[in-house]
Amino acid sequence: MTQMTFARAINSGLRKSLENDPKVILMGEDIGTLGGVFRVTDGLQKDFGKHRVVDTPLAESGIMGTAVGLAYRGYRPVVEIQFDGFIYPAFDQIVSQVAKLHYRTQGAVKMPITVRVPFGGGIGSPEHHSESPEAYFTHTSGLRVVSVSNPQDAHTVIQQAIASDDPVLYFEPKRRYHDKGEVDESIDPATALSMEKARVVTEGKDVTLVAYGPLVKTAKDAALAAADEGVSVEVIDLRSLAPVDFATLEASVRKTGRLVITHEAGQSGGLGAEVAASITERCFYHLEAAPVRITGFDVPYPYSKLEMHHLPGLDRILDGVDRALGRPNSLSGLEG
Amino acid sequence: MFTDELGQGGNAAGGPDNSAGHHGGAGEDLVQLITPGGERVSHPQYDAWVRDVSDEQLGSLYEDMVVIRRIDTEATALQRQGELGLWPPLLGQEASQIGSARSLRDDDFVFSSYRENGVAYCRGVDLADILKVWRGNASAGWDPYTINMATPQIIIGAQTLHATGYAMGIQNDGADSVAITYFGDGATSEGDVNEAMVFAASFQSPVIFFCQNNHWAISEPVRLQSHIRIADRAAGFGIPGIRVDGNDVLAVMAATREALERARHGGGPTFIEAVTYRMGPHTTADDPTRYRDANELEDWAAKDPIARVRGLLERKGLLTDELEGRVAAKADAVARDMRAGCINMPDPQPLDIFKHVYSTPNSWLDRQEDHYSRYLASFGDPAAANSEEGAR
Ligand SMILES: Cc1ncc(C[n+]2csc(CCOP(=O)(O)OP(=O)(O)O)c2C)c(N)n1
Repeated sequence: MTQMTFARAINSGLRKSLENDPKVILMGEDIGTLGGVFRVTDGLQKDFGKHRVVDTPLAESGIMGTAVGLAYRGYRPVVEIQFDGFIYPAFDQIVSQVAKLHYRTQGAVKMPITVRVPFGGGIGSPEHHSESPEAYFTHTSGLRVVSVSNPQDAHTVIQQAIASDDPVLYFEPKRRYHDKGEVDESIDPATALSMEKARVVTEGKDVTLVAYGPLVKTAKDAALAAADEGVSVEVIDLRSLAPVDFATLEASVRKTGRLVITHEAGQSGGLGAEVAASITERCFYHLEAAPVRITGFDVPYPYSKLEMHHLPGLDRILDGVDRALGRPNSLSGLEG
Repeated sequence: MFTDELGQGGNAAGGPDNSAGHHGGAGEDLVQLITPGGERVSHPQYDAWVRDVSDEQLGSLYEDMVVIRRIDTEATALQRQGELGLWPPLLGQEASQIGSARSLRDDDFVFSSYRENGVAYCRGVDLADILKVWRGNASAGWDPYTINMATPQIIIGAQTLHATGYAMGIQNDGADSVAITYFGDGATSEGDVNEAMVFAASFQSPVIFFCQNNHWAISEPVRLQSHIRIADRAAGFGIPGIRVDGNDVLAVMAATREALERARHGGGPTFIEAVTYRMGPHTTADDPTRYRDANELEDWAAKDPIARVRGLLERKGLLTDELEGRVAAKADAVARDMRAGCINMPDPQPLDIFKHVYSTPNSWLDRQEDHYSRYLASFGDPAAANSEEGAR
């Protein structure tokens, strides 16, 4: 076990993948000499060379499209998109090519591409640097979408994503890059908890609180605060956003009878809607209250002086827990 | 494959010298009117474009360059003092920005990236408005129509398409104004920039593509973006390309005036590559020592755009104590006003977050605003709401 930051844990996972498989290639803007703007790829070009850790021209569609060609050729490209808001020039390549090639070729062509996306807010950045675009991709068949919430998962899941023969979008919560945690680098990703599984982070019996990526920490803090008030919250880290591990969620909601889901992305058409609807279908007779969503607003990501209002914080989540429990809350007295 | 071959670039192959640190050297095919030593050299084609620049105007170009360098230093200090979240310095690019922006008419329209604060200054922006975005108080600092300049673009290259579309509108209207778009060397790799050139050439739109080749796109050298001189690319789109010494304010002015004239008279787009150098970091969050050689910086410091105009003023006997005093006083005053404007800027209010998302009411969002205002009201003190630590 070693203490390391989130960013370092991903770096170490990437290093292992590069060592274990000569077909793994890292590509992106500024990932070589600079080590990436977040230093996640620090030192990798020095150790593996310019052919395996490639500084690309500044062109996201170009990066993604050439990754498609490399995958055709048997490589396993790991693409870094510098910031969430810059993935859109690559959107067409991801949804029309990466996601569909396997289907279109009836399985003949595999697209084992991993797309690393630093995402989410809370770091005081200017516009286009704090977005949560995950729902665009969870809506696209053919893609797997994951988001990690702690250094150990960051380390193992990146290796699982790279090893996957399907394309994986790997969303990294950038405001947690500097958080430290214990990482056991000797864990074999092949036998570790699969990236498709959700994990119960904190056990509880009154309310199920579902989060992923940056908000898992906030959700854990909220559970601690709720415990002070005598409410027992079960926190679940979704980990896989597509597909969602509903079995784990179902088991929890059958126990607690109440569901709160939180994410930074805007509410309408977001992943919370999918979770709420699916759990309602599966656990209708076990639910004691309507599922509650605590999310970002349906606004463009706001300028930094207001981002703390947009981002679900501990108090807003607790207010949602109160709603699920039918306790006095900010919307008490309102119908619907 | 990839970088190694690109890295060999033109040099090893005997082709054009496109590596970082070598652009702009003597003997290159660059339009230059003032040497790095401050000597006015004549150019058969471009002299004519700046013949009318008087001694007094030369002094005022110098003043603008000193002022925007001062704005840059002051904003960097404000960032270090925690007043701004981030700042993208233009240090070294003063001649490119002043020479081009001072050539524009008020009814021309500018579409820039985030680094053209010198251009914004020339358009007459209130400096606190430039800082609003970097302080996190707004996502756009001004109304574009008040200064005929769009607010800065962060998505690399996107603004070039906006400028081209605007120019198509100018054509439709039968007007003789021009759109100019600023972008970096890195941006030339983006699809948007290439598509903008296709549109501009096809429609012969009055747009100027002003590329500040400052040699670096964060850590990536220009040779990674282009195997040939960037200006030479324009020919492939059917657009005249010109390569100008971007540290020479007169040369930049001459090239921009020529392009403006062409555009105003139905001659279509021009691509200008201003060969310059970013002497500071990419932004205040960047550490250039990780990727670039100190010698390179030294080479370029010797070509400093401000020192060059000072040299010329000196040779002409125009660099008086009076001028120096006046310029310094102006720079001080501008910096002082900008700092005050920054520090006294009012904070946005929580419910501002819902403003201007739509121009007409939206029921989903109205509901969210209502719920959030109820939530805020459930705290005695709204300011205490929603911190990560919690306020219960
Ligand atoms: C589409 C997109 N991709 C990536 C980025 C991140 N980024 C911001 S500035 C920059 C470098 C731009 O270099 P260049 O175009 O040469 O302009 P300069 O910063 O040198 O003025 C990068 C990669 C971005 N803003 N937009």
